[in-house]
Amino acid sequence: MSITSYNGSALIAMVGKDCFAIASDRRLGVNFQTIACDFQRIFKIHDTLYIGLSGLATDVQTMHQRLQFRHKLYQLREERNMRPETFASLVSAILYEKRFGPYFCEPIIAGLNEDGTPFICTTDLIGAKQLSKDFVVSGTASESLYGACESMYKPDLGPDELFEVISQALLSSVDRDCISGWGGIVHVVTPGQVVTKTLKGRMD
Amino acid sequence: MECLFGFEGNGFVVVVADTSANQSIVVQKTTEDKITCLDSHKLLGCIGESGDRVQFSNFIQKNLNLYQFRNGIPLTTLAAASFTRCELATALRKAPYQVNIMMAGFDKRTGPSLYYLDYIATLQKLEKGALGFGAYFILSIMDKYYKKNMNLEQALQLVDKCIWEVGTRMVASPAGYIIKIVDKDGARLLERRGRPAEEHGDPME
Repeated sequence: MSITSYNGSALIAMVGKDCFAIASDRRLGVNFQTIACDFQRIFKIHDTLYIGLSGLATDVQTMHQRLQFRHKLYQLREERNMRPETFASLVSAILYEKRFGPYFCEPIIAGLNEDGTPFICTTDLIGAKQLSKDFVVSGTASESLYGACESMYKPDLGPDELFEVISQALLSSVDRDCISGWGGIVHVVTPGQVVTKTLKGRMD
Repeated sequence: MECLFGFEGNGFVVVVADTSANQSIVVQKTTEDKITCLDSHKLLGCIGESGDRVQFSNFIQKNLNLYQFRNGIPLTTLAAASFTRCELATALRKAPYQVNIMMAGFDKRTGPSLYYLDYIATLQKLEKGALGFGAYFILSIMDKYYKKNMNLEQALQLVDKCIWEVGTRMVASPAGYIIKIVDKDGARLLERRGRPAEEHGDPME
């Protein structure tokens, strides 16, 4: 089994009207054995910036610790939060540092700019950034996720509709992938608030 | 064919490990203690490559003691588990420790907790978990019979069932087990147990 499909993961981020949603599955597995159904893959960097990390779980946790450290230092020095584009460049740089011995994780970054417009992007495991206007996906179920998102996505959805669309896209895709799933978690972020909901899906 | 498992009960965590130390086809020792008491209220169950197992668990124990000497208070279980994960993660891309760990602890404020930490430094807080070849059987037994907030008697019955299943269904299953507990009164040995003999019968009934 390939190293990026050792633990199993599925992640989506979608852009709505002045909001974004980021969702992940919750399974932590070791090959075909399931260890936990509450593994955290989406991390809050600050109130309007989230990063989701797919791939090898140990590198997900290491990357999260490194990025949290860098952002906290940035906050101390600059006395403000990082903008999403800046953070995406930071993620890309940290990943490329390890070009010949990479972290086996593929992040998706989702945030709101200062003017409230949403920003999403994804990078590969060595930091090649790819911005997107509609949605980004990552993980072992990514091919399914691309198909589901492409067919279900519509531009300028409000927070509630965006939640429905992203949840359905996630649940239907992880049902086609045996090593991701076991529930889901969705964060819908608007300039004023974050709504987090857990999804009940097929636990298999 | 090692096995290490543990689960949370009502105000305590039970950790069980096998007590066999083997080298290829030879059984060198049947009374090996694979669960280290890190401090008064923490247990570290550790299985894997024998040299790494002993050295790494001692290393973590000494570092946690050092923190307590320097700062006057012990680390919480989560902090200790995070520290251990960082040591494993740093060594992973240099000279990996081939050890799988279950860390259990009792904190005054948050109560009992159990952490799964595999050899590639994946950390996850769990209510019940198992490692080693025995895990293939134990996880299913725990899925069926584990309930939240079990008392000590029920917990030991579950341990019995798990040990019996491994003894019956696993080839070259371990000859003995050691059971340790951590609760508000501290981390201590509960009992050492051999594989249940034929005449004890099936605890599933």
